[in-house]
Amino acid sequence: MDHVRPVPDGAPQGAPSGGDSPRLADLLHRSALGDESAFAEFYDATSARAYGLALRVVRNPAHAEEVTQEAYLDAWRSSTRFDPARGSAAGWLLTIVHRKAVDRVRSVEAASARDETWNRETAPTDHDQTAEAAHASLDAARVRSAVATLTDVQRRAVELTYFGGYTHTEVATLLDVPLGTAKTRIRDGLIRLRDLMGVAS
Amino acid sequence: MSDLHKLTGAYAMDALDELERARFEQHLAQCDDCRAEVAELRETAALLSETVAVPPPASLRDSVLAGISQVRPLAPEVTTTATPTSTPTATPVATPQAAPARSGKPAGRRGWAPFLVAAALALFVGLGAMIVAPWADDDEVPRLTAAEQVLQAPDAEEVFLDLGEAGRATVVRSKSQDKAVIVTEDMVSAPEGKDYELWFQTPEDDMVPAGLMPDAPDQTVVLDGSAAEAVAVGITVEPEGGSEQPTSDPIALFDLTEAT
Repeated sequence: MDHVRPVPDGAPQGAPSGGDSPRLADLLHRSALGDESAFAEFYDATSARAYGLALRVVRNPAHAEEVTQEAYLDAWRSSTRFDPARGSAAGWLLTIVHRKAVDRVRSVEAASARDETWNRETAPTDHDQTAEAAHASLDAARVRSAVATLTDVQRRAVELTYFGGYTHTEVATLLDVPLGTAKTRIRDGLIRLRDLMGVAS
Repeated sequence: MSDLHKLTGAYAMDALDELERARFEQHLAQCDDCRAEVAELRETAALLSETVAVPPPASLRDSVLAGISQVRPLAPEVTTTATPTSTPTATPVATPQAAPARSGKPAGRRGWAPFLVAAALALFVGLGAMIVAPWADDDEVPRLTAAEQVLQAPDAEEVFLDLGEAGRATVVRSKSQDKAVIVTEDMVSAPEGKDYELWFQTPEDDMVPAGLMPDAPDQTVVLDGSAAEAVAVGITVEPEGGSEQPTSDPIALFDLTEAT
């Protein structure tokens, strides 16, 4: 590359539902037409979230980089299939990242290694933990306060699922609740977040 | 509300195992409400990533940009009916030939050429087969397919598995023919972007790839490779195109030592 853009400071720019959404959708649309610099801009605007999510799920920085890179290559390849009518560009990308990260932990990582790390990192200290990212954007604050209104079981179910990469059956076992309860808490926890954050399709 | 509808949250956060996911995706194809809810919940889940954002190393950007410069974005999905707001999850992909076919004669003629070549090849192969096996019709034995030969072998032994809502499957093995066949009924499709892969388990517990299963509910497939020594046949869900080694636990394992 003859010109390399400065690496962004990592502050997430724009929530999936935020005001940045049309710009990201446009960048993805231009990428679909083969515009690599548009994709570079898309990367700069989303990579902190994508990498942060991969890192949180797979834990190992080298694996997180691989997962993130694979996800961006997939996003580039399937940019022609992105439909803004069905959701935001950031949401679409992060869905790809999450799926890849979860596939990675399930297939590669020994469950025991994950369990240890999880116990260290889980729950009440969450807010301090994520402060290490030190990019406490307004969006992140808004998400955190929404998460804080969940019941304890809802919050744990959602976090174990999304950040832990566990299946709902595993979450039921971890939380020592029946599978039906885990299923319901995962869903009603997310629905509550959706309503609080005003996500609509 | 059926139980399936409650899986939207778990599905949106990739918390279903492979079989549950396959089953739920079949449901999704028919349930508008669930599709809409999944879209919203995925969007919501993605917001959670705001709280864990970490800038990646600068080298990652270079690798990503170097990577994309070597790959073309996929051909777009072309829908025949223009109703983008109510598009179901799977939209038909137009064949490359579809567009030129509409635009008049010259393109139409060009479109024929590969077909003619294929027809000529088929004829050639047909002739070849006749020359190689001129005696095949003489002894009046009905010619059996490879699968039929196994299924009808005198030493055929079988293991049946009921996979619940995922369908039913039977593995039949003939030691004398060194072949095995799998017959499925009502088998659910593999999850999006995945294939079912077949494996022979050797007496040493090695897993040997035995081919991919075509995506159809009812099928009869001859497994690739030697079957006589195998102690079991497994099916796993693998990334599209299959793997050298299983990357997940089998969704079905047919214990051939208990075959009858």
